[in-house]
Amino acid sequence: MTVKDLTEALELKVFSGQQGLQNEISGGYTSDLLSDVMGHCKQNDVWVTLQTHRNIMAIASLRELAAIVIVKGFEPEAEAINKSNEENIPILGTSLGAFEISGKIYELLKK
Amino acid sequence: MTFTYEIEGGNFSRAGSASSDIKKALKQLDLDYNIIKRVVVSIYEAEVNIVAHARRGTLTADIDADGIVVVLDDEGPGIPDIEAAMTTGFSTASPRVREMGFGAGMGLPNIKKNADSLHIQSTVGVGTRLEIAVNFK
Repeated sequence: MTVKDLTEALELKVFSGQQGLQNEISGGYTSDLLSDVMGHCKQNDVWVTLQTHRNIMAIASLRELAAIVIVKGFEPEAEAINKSNEENIPILGTSLGAFEISGKIYELLKK
Repeated sequence: MTFTYEIEGGNFSRAGSASSDIKKALKQLDLDYNIIKRVVVSIYEAEVNIVAHARRGTLTADIDADGIVVVLDDEGPGIPDIEAAMTTGFSTASPRVREMGFGAGMGLPNIKKNADSLHIQSTVGVGTRLEIAVNFK
């Protein structure tokens, strides 16, 4: 499944990183603790979080994640958007909470 | 190859830039992704520790065919109890740092888990020196 497929299936907002919409997603990780994500996510994961500052992009880029989904209607900070566009790793958004969106992503990836 | 970076305490918008540069260099070496991942996790955590706790620091990375050795020297508060600092969940980070999702007490444990060796020397009130090594073979 590509990031684009995911955004369409779950009506996610695309804030940035449009060039990376064809990134392939192989799994997912949900956490707001950056070291937890750094240490435990996998390459090509989609990361669900409520963090919005630029350091989320440092993690996403260093660990080669497919995309970030920001929950509860929060919006990424400008520096995060710039970095997302540079790195071609999309930042997506949903009005849902982390529990609900993670469940939906899990269901889609399980198929 | 030797790389040297200055790290500024408190400047979170630059946190991870040395790690990112070193990762680009490692990508040229045709290494297994898992090795690059272990290096990147280790260096990023060490870099963030300086940003979160120290006034300033330097990072020097030496890369050769056998592996990478990274030395981080900082001027900062030092670590009074290294054993406690190595415990998952133990943190002295400020509330501001924690709100950003750092300071969960996972940094040094992440380094220990991912590096082939980790040596810490610290003097309270002076600073901390970390030496991290990851072998390529």
